[in-house]
Amino acid sequence: MVKVPESAPVASLFEYAPAPESRSVVDIKPSYGLFVDGEFVDGTGESFATINPATEEHLAHVAEASEADVDRAVKAARRAYDKVWSKMSGRERAKYLFRIARIIQERAKEFAVLETLDNGKPIKETRDFDVPTVAAHFFYYAGWADKLAYAVPGNPAPKPLGVAAQVIPWNFPLMMLAWKVAPALAAGNTVVLKPAETTPLTALLFAEVCQEAGLPNGVVNIVTGAGATGAALVAHPDVNKVAFTGSTDVGRTIARQVAGTSKRLTLELGGKGANIVYEDAPMDEAVEGVVNGIFFNQGHVCCAGSRLLVQESIQDEFLERLQRRMETLRVGDPLDKNTDIGAINSAEQLARITELAQAGEDEGANRWSPSSCVLPEKGFFFAPTLFTDVSQTHRVAREEIFGPVLSVLSFRTPTEAVQKANNTPFGLSAGVWSEKGSRTLWTANQLRAGVVWANSFNKFDATSPFGGYKESGYGREGGRQGLEGYLK
Amino acid sequence: MTATSASTPSAGHGSAAPSAASVTDQFAEITSDNASLRRFLHGLPGVDQVGLEARAASLSTRSIKADAKARLIDLAISMVDLTTLEGNDTVGKVRSLASKAVRPDPTDLSTPSTAAVCVYPDMVATAKAAVGDSGVQVASVATAFPSGRAALEVKLADTRQAVEAGADEIDMVIDRGAFLSGDYKLVFDEIVAVREACRRVDGTEAHLKVIFETGELQTYDNVRRVSWLAMMAGAHFIKTSTGKTQPAATLPVTLLMLQAVRDFRLQTGHMVGVKPAGGIRTTKDAMKYLVTVNEVAGPDWLNPDWFRFGASSLLNDLLLQRTKLSTGRYTGPDYISID
Repeated sequence: MVKVPESAPVASLFEYAPAPESRSVVDIKPSYGLFVDGEFVDGTGESFATINPATEEHLAHVAEASEADVDRAVKAARRAYDKVWSKMSGRERAKYLFRIARIIQERAKEFAVLETLDNGKPIKETRDFDVPTVAAHFFYYAGWADKLAYAVPGNPAPKPLGVAAQVIPWNFPLMMLAWKVAPALAAGNTVVLKPAETTPLTALLFAEVCQEAGLPNGVVNIVTGAGATGAALVAHPDVNKVAFTGSTDVGRTIARQVAGTSKRLTLELGGKGANIVYEDAPMDEAVEGVVNGIFFNQGHVCCAGSRLLVQESIQDEFLERLQRRMETLRVGDPLDKNTDIGAINSAEQLARITELAQAGEDEGANRWSPSSCVLPEKGFFFAPTLFTDVSQTHRVAREEIFGPVLSVLSFRTPTEAVQKANNTPFGLSAGVWSEKGSRTLWTANQLRAGVVWANSFNKFDATSPFGGYKESGYGREGGRQGLEGYLK
Repeated sequence: MTATSASTPSAGHGSAAPSAASVTDQFAEITSDNASLRRFLHGLPGVDQVGLEARAASLSTRSIKADAKARLIDLAISMVDLTTLEGNDTVGKVRSLASKAVRPDPTDLSTPSTAAVCVYPDMVATAKAAVGDSGVQVASVATAFPSGRAALEVKLADTRQAVEAGADEIDMVIDRGAFLSGDYKLVFDEIVAVREACRRVDGTEAHLKVIFETGELQTYDNVRRVSWLAMMAGAHFIKTSTGKTQPAATLPVTLLMLQAVRDFRLQTGHMVGVKPAGGIRTTKDAMKYLVTVNEVAGPDWLNPDWFRFGASSLLNDLLLQRTKLSTGRYTGPDYISID
């Protein structure tokens, strides 16, 4: 125990040498068409560019599917449904799903690198989380394909719905695809999927996997494009099921569009998750969980723990620890294996985060970012940000920011914690940190949120259902419950 | 007490250490009896097993490339306590180990020496003579190592013998039985007494490393409590294991101990070193530990004064990897001395 040396001689060692993952495993074509009826075809509409948000470098041109293209894809899906897929035994369908899962594992590195290039998220997340979770979903639902009779209590002979229109967001492009495609196919539906316009590339690589797996033509169709393409797909009269993950605003529009039709609907929308830290929490792990809750995937997570509710008795100590931990977060090149926080997905999203953070300052909250954080000059980046002195009335406490911005509120009693946590239009996720099991269970029971994590956050598993309350949507994905949305 | 009023600085190992009193005084009330010690230790934040292990796993995925790695290998070599703790140790064996510690790779004299050689008390004089004035420290396990099951007088005599024979550092084991039965005061007093026994006639003292045998303490909560207990009693270093029990050092346990020394420094201004021992065999493992040191306790601990590896086989892998980096080729184990 001796006094601390003034400057550490070897600190510079840990400016880890850059460790970029090689791009050579990925072959990006100059332009991509649509995937319809088992083939890549040209779209009849315009094409648009997709870029690497970390460098603003142009990656490829992608077709914008017109209404006619969407119609073609839905017809192909209908044919495949009527003639092949709904007639096939569950056991046979399972074989295809298992094959897809294995091919994804074999081509994991390719998927991880491409996802990082197109989305901007760090390679360590695509490599260690996204792609393995994607494979796990296909394996899991493959196992269900021949056991559908046991999937829905009270329904011993469930039937598929038909053609599913699936519209997914840009935050987890491949994982959202898996969450939707795997249960739909296992249940015997065929799909037309529209990936987000800023992140279409891994879905198109997935189309190659479908070909490689010998999946019958038309079972999976992929149409790329922006809002208009999605709207055309959702509105198509021959669609039986609509599944959407994205913003609450778009979700409302879809709900209106689908209302009055026989189409089934699942919506996974926004969130403003609360992370409740009680005074007896395992402190260092809670800090870690709060960091993971909001800075995972740059905060582009609908179930992100974007509101920290910390008990007043430990507030100061906890924030000190949190800030110290945030100083070690590494922001930068997403292809670098040591990067913790990558790029914001688009200039548009960066502008929105910037605007909301400014609103936080204007309304009187205290803004803080790590002094160690230096953002790259090119690309879309936003420093991890902490707002203290936040109250329930502030915009940063109410609106979904969808970026690496954490708002800190405090509470005095468990009842107050629950009231504040529930005082939001959303209800997707929450976290509870305590060493006392009875308090954790009591709190979890009071929270109006689809998922409540105890002493953890942002944990996902193929076997576990996920979905929201209130403006966070309805329906569940994942687990046995995820199948129910694709069966009647 | 604040950092500015903290103890005297040290120029490195072997120099005059601050008196134990400067630390223990701060905790005099807490450590006055078993009940208040117990209240304090059980009031420390709990440890969530899943979260701790997940954090350790994520730190293991940091990627270190050639340039940084070369320097980190040298740092790791300079942190090794090269150890032989066998019943059949002989003078010849200890001499040969000591010469390896001084000059780990005779074909490349730019290779740094290890921090210390670690031997049983009866071998201290031999080791001391063998390392000479090379700067390599001689560490000795005392206090009825590895079980610690002896009367306090025996443990103190064991310690004094090692110190008189010239040991620069003493690695003591705690009484795990007393700790597990809740007799924290006994463990505390024993550490204080052993530290007192580390004092030399000229007033300087041997550095004290306190071994917990975390594999026997089992829970992470226990590891945090015992870390604080030892630090309050004046340990210079806290050390995971004897190497005689499995599991020995693990990354989560070391991470937890690094959190403890970090928190202790923030509270008292005193720095305590950390030494994982046993089971760390590869360069790759050593790199994971160094990453953890850097990101959890901070870069101030990236120094042999504050972090050590208790290892016997790690050094050879570090030397193999060092040669690989400097020549571009792997050599075989036959090109590296066995000790």
